[in-house]
Amino acid sequence: MTEFPWLSWLVFFPLMGAVLIALMPATAERAIRRWAITVSIAELLFSLPLWWRFVPAQPGWQFEEKHAWLPALGATYHLGVDGISVLLVLLTTVLTAVAVLGSTGAVHQRPREFYALMLALETGMIGTFLCLDLLLFYVFWEAMLVPMYLLIGIWGGPRRVYAAIKFFLYTMAGSVLMLAAILWLYFMQRAATGVATFELDAFYALAIPHATQVWLFLAFALAFAIKVPMFPLHTWLPDAHVEAPTAGSVILAAVLLKMGTYGFIRFAIPLFPVASHQFAPWIAGLALVGIIYGALVAMVQPDLKKLVAYSSVSHLGFAMLGLYAMNPQGFAGAMLQMINHGISTGALFQLVGVVYERRHTRMIADFGGLWKPLPVFAAVFLVVMLSSIGLPGTNGFVGEFLILLGAYRAQPVWAVIAATGVILSACYMLWMYQRVMFGPVTHAENEKLSDLSLRERLVFAPLLILVFWMGFMPQPFLDRMQPALDRTLALAQQRETMQVVEAAPARVAPPLASAGGPR
Amino acid sequence: MMPLPAALLAVDWWALGAVIALSAGVMLLLMLEFVPVRAESGRAPALALLTLIAAAASVFFVRDARRSLFGGMFVHDGFSVFFTLLFCSIAAVSVLVSWNYVKRLGLRATEYYALLLSATLGMIVMAASNDLITVFLGLELMSISLYVLVGFRRGQLESNEAALKYFLLGAFASGFLLYGIALVYGATGSTNLRAIAAFMADSPMLQNPLFVTGGLLLLVGFGFKVAAVPFHMWAPDAYEGAPTSVTGFMSAGAKAAGFAAILRVSMSALAEVQGDWRPILSWIAILTMTLGNVTALLQTNVKRMLAYSSIAHAGYVLVALAAGGPQGTSAAVFYLVIYAVTSLGAFGVLALLGRGQDERVLISDLSGLGFRHPVLGLAMTVFMLSLGGIPPTAGFMGKVYIFGAALDQHLVSLVIVGVLNSVVSIFYYLRITVAMYMDEPSGEPTEVSWAAPAMVALFASIVLTLWWGVQAQALLVAAQRSVRGLL
Repeated sequence: MTEFPWLSWLVFFPLMGAVLIALMPATAERAIRRWAITVSIAELLFSLPLWWRFVPAQPGWQFEEKHAWLPALGATYHLGVDGISVLLVLLTTVLTAVAVLGSTGAVHQRPREFYALMLALETGMIGTFLCLDLLLFYVFWEAMLVPMYLLIGIWGGPRRVYAAIKFFLYTMAGSVLMLAAILWLYFMQRAATGVATFELDAFYALAIPHATQVWLFLAFALAFAIKVPMFPLHTWLPDAHVEAPTAGSVILAAVLLKMGTYGFIRFAIPLFPVASHQFAPWIAGLALVGIIYGALVAMVQPDLKKLVAYSSVSHLGFAMLGLYAMNPQGFAGAMLQMINHGISTGALFQLVGVVYERRHTRMIADFGGLWKPLPVFAAVFLVVMLSSIGLPGTNGFVGEFLILLGAYRAQPVWAVIAATGVILSACYMLWMYQRVMFGPVTHAENEKLSDLSLRERLVFAPLLILVFWMGFMPQPFLDRMQPALDRTLALAQQRETMQVVEAAPARVAPPLASAGGPR
Repeated sequence: MMPLPAALLAVDWWALGAVIALSAGVMLLLMLEFVPVRAESGRAPALALLTLIAAAASVFFVRDARRSLFGGMFVHDGFSVFFTLLFCSIAAVSVLVSWNYVKRLGLRATEYYALLLSATLGMIVMAASNDLITVFLGLELMSISLYVLVGFRRGQLESNEAALKYFLLGAFASGFLLYGIALVYGATGSTNLRAIAAFMADSPMLQNPLFVTGGLLLLVGFGFKVAAVPFHMWAPDAYEGAPTSVTGFMSAGAKAAGFAAILRVSMSALAEVQGDWRPILSWIAILTMTLGNVTALLQTNVKRMLAYSSIAHAGYVLVALAAGGPQGTSAAVFYLVIYAVTSLGAFGVLALLGRGQDERVLISDLSGLGFRHPVLGLAMTVFMLSLGGIPPTAGFMGKVYIFGAALDQHLVSLVIVGVLNSVVSIFYYLRITVAMYMDEPSGEPTEVSWAAPAMVALFASIVLTLWWGVQAQALLVAAQRSVRGLL
């Protein structure tokens, strides 16, 4: 009996939903919303088996699917999931459902197109995380830009066109060089083994000379660093976040940015370990600059959304620092941080969206004393904010702690600087919270704001559960990711030594060749 | 009865099926002009379509045969079959797009379609000729028909200007080409491509100034036809002034025909000196891509923008040409098919915009179109993404294959310039989507002249653009097989 193609179904089910919604009459807004919610929740339910049917102890690919795609080029349709991608896929399905459910009150213009694009975007995101063929990966990686671009550009704020184009061009500029690097790897692999293939596993087994590694690493790293985004390539992020509609911001922060870090952990580090080691101090340095810079800039933002956007730069700096500590603690911390950031920042953007829906402003100065009219909202905000700061008991703490541990093992100074970042994040978050929630109600309009509706409470409930679950019991999550992370790290170390073995005959070759005489 | 001359009997007439069918179609159309018919009759386009189907079918049924006719001047091989089918399809799509467009603009239908068919005939001859003289013959047949088609809106100043410019520069380029042929003939003693190749294998030609000059002049002549920088000056004006359906036909067909001839000449006759061609081709490719893309950024007229974009796309094909070999050649062929489908689709959408004599082809005319007419908006978005090389559209696969072929030959800098160019290009392709979906409509909204035949053409283009973006295996194999006989 053939196994049900679970992963393909996960990838393409939202796309089918998108097509279905696109074919509905534009006037049937209620039906469109209902279908969009149904599809996104169904997708979430379909993805849950990945959590319990996944065998944590098994480090390799699971639920694998492999078919010929372009035999003429050697590209395959190869999907598979391991401990790294399984969590990211679950994050994607949860956050997409949250974003879709959360946007039902916010999107009044052209809901049909909006939801169709949201679901198409989900296909792109899940596909990116599941592909084990580099060409297919690139297809999803770049195809995903289109729906996000349209979401920002059509439903965004006043400077939406600028932000949308900037988002598209930045990401694409980085990724086209990665395409060239992928093709280069492909030809190297073909020259070495005589087999033309885009399989990730084949590249994992390929020895790459040092000089080539440096160039290929730079091409890959540029693409991923823009996506993360790392300082100084982050400038598209605040624009995109501020202009994007709430659902777009949630997805952008929660999932799209993770593709950058995912790219590092899946491709850049294991494929080019020598170059990774060589550039580790630089990347860690930039990550530290990002942590501090993001926090400082977030502190002075008058706009809530911009503040959260810059806090993303800071938080993802932590993730990058953890990755480039290149040890098990750093890796696990970075991986947790990716999930945590997805949950807490996704929730923060959703919260900002809630208040924006009611007041049509996001300026901190327009609020104050919201605790009184919006007690539930303020309580949810409090929990999410504390998780973002990394208070023990919330998910944020575990990740940041592990990252600091890993960074300390790699380079104590890194941990010291990064720890200041933790303090700074407490500063800007608490100060923002104080100005928005506490004190007297300064604006009369704020007095009669309505608190979270049932639908909105439903939106935040899963996120709050995750915050505490991962805060108190991170072990199930760590259990799932650990084997895959260990494998990646072992692979990187093994490939690093492989270099030496491969390089050795080359060094002894010339005398032999000259002894043999010219041919 | 007079016995038929032996030479005529020896000809495999069936291998000439497409040529005969198209010639017959042209003459039939012109003769039917004497039978009066109502102005809105669909007689001429229907006949043209039937002719094209007959031509394509006649070649399709003998696609696996290999023949050489007329003393090796005309060949029937995988390459010519592939391109004959391509040209017939391009012309058929153009006929569908023109069906209502020609009526709407009040153009003279019979002559229009007769010229379209004779241009197609010229293209087929170009791809199938194995001799510089027949290449020239086909090129002139195509060009002269196109000069007239470009100026077909006689009442319009831009159309006249475009035709005159195209004609003057084109005649000049033809002169270069002919002179180049003469010099190559002088150096090698033959115009037959195989004979030239054989001659070059025996004696090195690169020291021969006659041959080098001749080769460069050939490059100028062909470069003009495919609008490669610095021989591209005519393209924006001709594309803008021509009736939109003709622009689409030119951008897809004339470009593919020019490249078919270049590929045939360079791979059959000049393969020996591929390494020496490479720097020249690389530089032309870099200039063509960059200038085309950068200038396209500044345009406000969609037709003109797409003209510059088509220059840039010629640059991408030149990258494949610079790579050469079976990889590069099949990449070029693959890309030409994909570009043809996409650009026919894009111009097809433009041809629908506006009512009566009025054409709406400014970027600002597109504002709000995406929501008022979702089908056209979706179509245009898909075509723009494909031109920009964004997956999952065919344009992406085309670029992957071209850049892959170039990397295989270690043309790293060329590939880097190429991929960066595609980033530049995406900016102006996105501008179209910005206009359609994000700009507030200002002024009078653009009306759409719906037409069933054009919708069929658009539908086919969208389906192919998306299908080849997802699964291009069949086309890849066909492209690889088509060039096998050349090398």
